[in-house]
Amino acid sequence: MVAEKKPPVISRTSEVESEYKWGFVTDIEMDMAPKGLNEDIVRLISRKKNEPEWMTESRLKAFRYWMTLEYKEPRWAKISFPPIDYQDAYYYAAPKSQEAAPESLDDVDPELIEAFNKLGIPLEEQKKMTGVAVDAIFDSVSVATTFQKQLEEAGVIFCPISEAIEKHPELVRKYMGSVVPYTDNFFATLNAAVFSDGTFCYVPPGVKCPMELMTYFRINAEGTGQFERTLIIADKGSYVSYLEGCTAPMRKTNQLHAAVVELIALDDAEIKYSTLQNWYPGDKDGNGGVYNFVTKRGKCAGRNSKISWTQVETGSAITWKYPSVILQGDNSVGEFYSVALVNNYQQADTGTKMIHLGKNTKSTIIAKGISAGKAQGTYRGLVRIMPGAENARNFTRCDSLLIGSECGAHTVPYIEVRNPTAHLEHEATTSRVSDEQLFYLMQRGINEEDAQYMIINGFCKTVFNELPFEFAMEASQLLKVSLEGAVG
Amino acid sequence: MADLLLEVRDLHVAVGDNEILKGLSLAVNKGEVHAIMGPNGSGKSTLANVVAGKPGYTVTAGDVLYEGESILTKLPDERARAGIFLALQYPVELPGVRNRDFLRAALDALRESRGEDKVGIRDFNKLMQAKAEELGLEPDMMKRNVNEGFSGGEKKRNEILQLVVLDPTLALLDETDSGLDIDALKVVAEGVNRFGGPEKAIVLVTHYQRILDYITPDFVHVLIDGRIVRSGGRELALELEKRGYDWLREEAQAGAAPSA
Amino acid sequence: MTQAVATHEQYEADFRKLQESRSSDPGWLKDLRNAAFGRFQEIGFPVARKGNELWKYTDVRPLAAETFPQPAGVPASVDAAQVFPFDDGMARVAFVDGRFSQELSTPLPDGLVAMSLAQAYTEHSDDVQRHLSQHAPYADEGFTALNTAFLADGAFVLSEGAVQTPLHIVYVTTGRVVTHPRTLIVGRPTSELSVVESYVSATGGKHFTNSVTEVALEEGAQVTHRRLLIENQEAYHVATTRVHQSRDSVYRSLVYEAGGGLVRNDLTVLLDAEGAEAHLKGLYVTAGKQHVDNNVNIDHAKPHGYSRLYYKGIVDEQSKAVFGGLVLVRPGADKTDAYQEDKNLILSHEAEVDSKPALEIYADDVKAGHGATAGAIADEALFYMQSRGIDPEQAMLFLVRGFVSEILDSVTIEPLREWLVERTTQALPRFREAA
Repeated sequence: MVAEKKPPVISRTSEVESEYKWGFVTDIEMDMAPKGLNEDIVRLISRKKNEPEWMTESRLKAFRYWMTLEYKEPRWAKISFPPIDYQDAYYYAAPKSQEAAPESLDDVDPELIEAFNKLGIPLEEQKKMTGVAVDAIFDSVSVATTFQKQLEEAGVIFCPISEAIEKHPELVRKYMGSVVPYTDNFFATLNAAVFSDGTFCYVPPGVKCPMELMTYFRINAEGTGQFERTLIIADKGSYVSYLEGCTAPMRKTNQLHAAVVELIALDDAEIKYSTLQNWYPGDKDGNGGVYNFVTKRGKCAGRNSKISWTQVETGSAITWKYPSVILQGDNSVGEFYSVALVNNYQQADTGTKMIHLGKNTKSTIIAKGISAGKAQGTYRGLVRIMPGAENARNFTRCDSLLIGSECGAHTVPYIEVRNPTAHLEHEATTSRVSDEQLFYLMQRGINEEDAQYMIINGFCKTVFNELPFEFAMEASQLLKVSLEGAVG
Repeated sequence: MADLLLEVRDLHVAVGDNEILKGLSLAVNKGEVHAIMGPNGSGKSTLANVVAGKPGYTVTAGDVLYEGESILTKLPDERARAGIFLALQYPVELPGVRNRDFLRAALDALRESRGEDKVGIRDFNKLMQAKAEELGLEPDMMKRNVNEGFSGGEKKRNEILQLVVLDPTLALLDETDSGLDIDALKVVAEGVNRFGGPEKAIVLVTHYQRILDYITPDFVHVLIDGRIVRSGGRELALELEKRGYDWLREEAQAGAAPSA
Repeated sequence: MTQAVATHEQYEADFRKLQESRSSDPGWLKDLRNAAFGRFQEIGFPVARKGNELWKYTDVRPLAAETFPQPAGVPASVDAAQVFPFDDGMARVAFVDGRFSQELSTPLPDGLVAMSLAQAYTEHSDDVQRHLSQHAPYADEGFTALNTAFLADGAFVLSEGAVQTPLHIVYVTTGRVVTHPRTLIVGRPTSELSVVESYVSATGGKHFTNSVTEVALEEGAQVTHRRLLIENQEAYHVATTRVHQSRDSVYRSLVYEAGGGLVRNDLTVLLDAEGAEAHLKGLYVTAGKQHVDNNVNIDHAKPHGYSRLYYKGIVDEQSKAVFGGLVLVRPGADKTDAYQEDKNLILSHEAEVDSKPALEIYADDVKAGHGATAGAIADEALFYMQSRGIDPEQAMLFLVRGFVSEILDSVTIEPLREWLVERTTQALPRFREAA
């Protein structure tokens, strides 16, 4: 089977109401696999990526298992969506110019560099963000990774996962699927079969990664699914802070995004993983937007290890994700900080799972949900204390803010305790911006809209504080843009 | 000729079906300090809140004029930018909102409305430091969230800090003195006195005459059951201290009886 | 699976027999039974394990697979002082193996109607038809469908004015049978009533109680409803309570569970008019291999509703306690003020607690929240008492009593409260041995 050539995509942004400023389409010639999903397509993806036999086999195994699931997605979450035709999507889309992996940035199509410039992610040497190494992924492939040399000097491997499969097969084979097995859930299985690109990161023992690592995901082509795979390993005593951002053009049809992220922290290691999720949310009437079905899980495999998830979710028509931590090592720590904002017709069912296995393990969950317009937001979180987890601790706080009378905010915690030495506390509140607070700010001369933003921003502050500084600013901006028209 | 700043005309205010102010009139000129005194539940806070535009009150009759214009249809922030400041009896906590950011936003809103440029960070910090020092406030307080975890005294001082930074024309102080120890009271009074002047006016709502030892009122009004039953000078406050409110309440009832 | 089919056949045979034997019942009742049984045959018991959120932590397959005979013959005689010694000073309506017992029932105070449902079908036909099966829908509830299919006898309670004397409705089971107790409580406008509804076993051994209780509070009615489950440790007990609240009504509930082997208690309170108020308390004490699941829904359908839920549990030995709470605020139910809290004390390494206190909110001008805690008795507290010379067992007893007092202090009927405090510690073998 040969990949068919597709004419360049023509921008249709003008047809759609423009409020989502990342909604532009890059006009670039694409190399697409034919529509649909079967073993040939899986093999084609693997071949396109020059993968070794074991990887192809691993994909096929996942695909065959996926076929037994009979296209039945999990439907227990508080989200509703029409049946997805998995045969009516492209599972591989790459900029034509990237067919031969570029040796340096000079080989990268200037259109692509410009696209990332427009997104605020400059890739050229002289414009690079300071202190942040970026892996830029455009549809199914990695376009460029900055600061690779500096990172190499520190011993940190930071590269597209396709490159890692080729150059570091021993690490990939050891860890990929070790936290999220291919049988985990419908979307994880699909991802294991057709994942396109993603980021791989390995921090060797004792190394504190000298800069923030970032992956920027961009869906561009129409009718494609995006299935990236991220694998981060922090070896003993190491530290890494990783950030991902994502956007997509405005399209009238829904796009499927089903990523898998696996984190592994060995003894005394720490991983901080931050997400600014800003996929296209659809228009005001609920047309279009990304279906974001993501499986993210970290394993605190070693003693005294720590994994911290921070997410700011403002985009996507539907968000279904539960970044989780398996607290296996004694004294390990899991954290989940989340702001999930839904407006118009967006739906989000998001939260976390903290599975306590080791002794003296500790987890903290701070979730802030904001619902506006006609949107539905749900926090769903599991805290499970297994029999061996002596002296486990959990603190959970979920607050929801409602803006307007047509939206919904829901909290569904699951607390499962099988050890009497555990100590768990869970608190949740749902309210709207209080009239007292609004009056106080307005009495000081601040207009109602700004007053609302100040209060909402304050509501999210404990979560924003967990983000690297520049991204905290960005997150706050995102919040404001996403709420436009909802307050005031 | 006195320069009239605030005029309250035969004001009737209800909360739900409950009438709280029953025909209250008051005129405040620039350069004056008025003290509104009265027992709990007499409507003192209602008066201050209605002038500042707090939602939840229904004005059933009468009017409130500021600088000669009715302000009853104006939003609270419009009134604030026009120069009306209310120090709240119970200052509100704003989780996650830093005191400094809050005050700067307020100052910028004010300056913007006057067609001035926004305040620069450095100027703002300088201003804050100076004002905080004057009031004996920890500079650290500016980094904390607005009123969150503040002691009662800190909250009241924070109100006065906002007063001196925003520098309005009319200051309504709603029981700013209650709950303060004598040292804190002095600091608050000092701040208020520093604020006052010929171009300003102060309306002090209080239950106790104690603060009047430090802020000298030009007029004292006694509010009972939604009406001003007596007005006088500073000496009236002292008399109230001695005799309480009951004699005035009795007088008011006796006076009201024939007309009822 | 074949077993489950067999139990269904048994239920069907018993159902046919019942319809024949009660041919003189009113037509609407026979129709209701027929429709309910038809529905039960369609949906059966909620045995599915996958995607069954409402029964996530409770597996009723053992119950569904077992057949229990209908009670037959003359009920065994029951010694009230022995079986329910806690109803001093209360009026009583008693049922033995599902049938009304004149002998065990007492005269009633003025303003209170309490009688066998069988009698009420004719004597209070209007009230019964207006409320019976109107608040506990069976369309999606297998257990309710089955109870409704077997609707024959039960308790009918109607209060007018302020009734001072508490009423005790007691259901005694004397052997290995299935009973479907049905209770209908109607609080007339502005009436006040205190009801204790209790379930006891006269003997040990398995039996199956499948109860449905409907409580209708008309405008301004106040009902205090205490439901006591003190059946033996092997009993299957599935309880469905549906409460309907009209304007300005106040419903106070205590769910007390210190009995039963596999227990599921479903309580739904519908605040269906402005100003309705619900105060729900619960205490579950489990040991041995008990499995106790409380599932409480508070449905705020109209504005200005107020609800407080406070459940506590003590979980010991190999037992398992489940709490599922849902506060639902429907669109338009503004100014709702709702809070729920579930606190668990886990005393053993083999015990398990699963708690799911959920909020589902569709109106923005609301105050809603929940809290949940789970953990052991604080070592510091134990140490503190020990350092004052109190031995650890005694100290533990103090702390457990302190833990339950927050719930039991709401019981204003003094002899009952004392009995419950005693019963609570007796339900935990560690204190039984110590005593």
